[in-house]
Amino acid sequence: MNAIEINGVSKSYGAVQALDQVTLSVHEAELFGLIGPDGAGKTTLFRILTTLLNADRGTASVTGLDVRRNYRDIRRVVGYMPGRFSLYPDLSVEENLKFFAALFGVDVHTNYGLIAPIYRQIEPFAQRRAGKLSGGMKQKLALCCALIHQPAVLFLDEPTTGVDAVSRSEFWQMLAGLKAQGITIFVSTPYMDEAQLCDRVALMDKGHLLAVDQPLKLAESYGTRLYAASAREMWPLMQALRGMSQVEDCYTFGEAHHVVLKQGTEPEAVVEDLERSGLHDVKILPARGNIEDLFIKLMRHG
Amino acid sequence: MKTLLVLLRKEFIQFRRNKFMPKLVVMFPMMAMLVIPLVTTMDVKNVNVAVVDADKSEISRRIVSDMQASPYLRLSLYAETYHEALDAVEKGAADVILLLPTDYEKKLVSGHAPSISVHANGVNATKGQLGAQYLSQAVTQTLIKLKRERGIVLPRENIYVQNRYNPTLDYRIYMIPALMVILVIMICGFLPALNLVGEKESGTIEQINVSPVSRVTFTLSKLIPYWIIGLMVLTFAMTIAWLAYGLVPTGSLLTIYAATLLFSFVMSGFGVAVANCSSTMQQSMYVMFFFIVIFQLMSGLMTPIDSMPQWAQYITYLVPPRYFIEIMRAVYLKGSAMQDLWPEFVVLAVIAAVMSLIAMLTYKKQS
Repeated sequence: MNAIEINGVSKSYGAVQALDQVTLSVHEAELFGLIGPDGAGKTTLFRILTTLLNADRGTASVTGLDVRRNYRDIRRVVGYMPGRFSLYPDLSVEENLKFFAALFGVDVHTNYGLIAPIYRQIEPFAQRRAGKLSGGMKQKLALCCALIHQPAVLFLDEPTTGVDAVSRSEFWQMLAGLKAQGITIFVSTPYMDEAQLCDRVALMDKGHLLAVDQPLKLAESYGTRLYAASAREMWPLMQALRGMSQVEDCYTFGEAHHVVLKQGTEPEAVVEDLERSGLHDVKILPARGNIEDLFIKLMRHG
Repeated sequence: MKTLLVLLRKEFIQFRRNKFMPKLVVMFPMMAMLVIPLVTTMDVKNVNVAVVDADKSEISRRIVSDMQASPYLRLSLYAETYHEALDAVEKGAADVILLLPTDYEKKLVSGHAPSISVHANGVNATKGQLGAQYLSQAVTQTLIKLKRERGIVLPRENIYVQNRYNPTLDYRIYMIPALMVILVIMICGFLPALNLVGEKESGTIEQINVSPVSRVTFTLSKLIPYWIIGLMVLTFAMTIAWLAYGLVPTGSLLTIYAATLLFSFVMSGFGVAVANCSSTMQQSMYVMFFFIVIFQLMSGLMTPIDSMPQWAQYITYLVPPRYFIEIMRAVYLKGSAMQDLWPEFVVLAVIAAVMSLIAMLTYKKQS
């Protein structure tokens, strides 16, 4: 049995099609990433799976429970951490944790083992009001509160948005630890670099799933013809590349530009052309495509 | 049940830690009870009377001197002509004019029916009306005395007005129970609405929605604190009414508390239902204001229901505070007991049950 089964789920808000025929399955004890820009429909999918929202069409189940028929049972077995910090800012760290434990009818001590590695980091601030915590600590507390009833599936909607780089990497380590304990984790993120940390990822844009696979396989599926271009004059370089007929696509990527050349185009020929047009130190070297490149390709060309 | 206690505990911790709410619950009744009765009092004492005595007889002088003995009337001007008296009214120096016509005594003794006129300034309707009423009462009493003393036959049967339960029609006594009703409306209606929409705006309600907490339990956790706060506010307001104005209920406290509890069910249920149907603070507050203005103007709080047009009187049957105000005034002023007021109690209980049900049904964990 898969932990999450999504079958042809559609949802629209008036004229906006938030989800269009989404079909996806997530295995048990898998760390699954939903990658996509803002407005891709990630949160809508989360809200449907956590029974906060009803889909227009299609079916979905979590741990074999139908989100529509068995919504009450689902609420006992899932943990949800919404994108926005939504604990009580006027309650202390400890009070929040105890409150959420009591809501699910469990005792903090019974399930302490699961949250211990995370909670220990915020325990020194147990008496502090949740609203006065730093971003990273808020997020750890939210994770503890979502875990305190030992859910089978954990839904994390953009948990690392607005969190510093160190806290982000710490957070992913925690997720790996939870996965090792057999918890299925369904996590969404707008950061492509976090995709590498998932077992499998789904790329999502405008309500559609563009691709679903292991991150490495996705990166490999990109194929060749991707080059990193640089020159002394970066902005004119981009403009020149975009104007060339041999170039399929060109976009900024870190310090260089990523360029997709058309079939049969030699990079040396392009370099010559560019230098002739007055650019200096032009270099066009083969580059390895990653998820971000794939995403851009899939978004532009369907 | 255990979950409800956990939720309630959370509500009380949050209430206590809130910088504003506890102060509001104390300051609001204090301001309302101490300031509003003073500023809204329809001052019926010291009605300034301008007398135009064209008769200048013994009887006319007797009428004027008796009038001056009244604590509510004050002779401000002994005018020669009506014009002079009217001038005083225009300048605000007099509220009411007493006209004693020429040959008043002569005509009265000879058995004719001379009439005394009372002219009131209608600009300040209440003062003018009440002043005229006091003045005619004072004159009538003097005439009755004269009848007894001298056997003068009075022209016609005099009507003797007496205001029962609030003999001087002191506006304060009339207003204070109504102010308590306003307090319960504001505190028990607005606070739960603010609280619940606050949870929506901060997103904390999402966490409740994904938990197994039932909507009945959650709604009760939003209602119960305001039942308790409602009773506390009432106690506080009654204490102030007693200390500051010496006003204590003539009837039983139990009746008042029973009615307040029922009414706080109504208002808190109403507030929660409005919050359930709103997604932002502004939206819920505008809807609340709309209804609360209707509640205050159409419940007999300010103006008597009997003087409304017939169609409006029918609407007042749907306005919950109407029943609470009737109970409060009846218990405070007349000393009515529960058995005298059972129709009001029954209606209030029915509205309370319906409102609480609506509050629970409008809460949706799913959208």
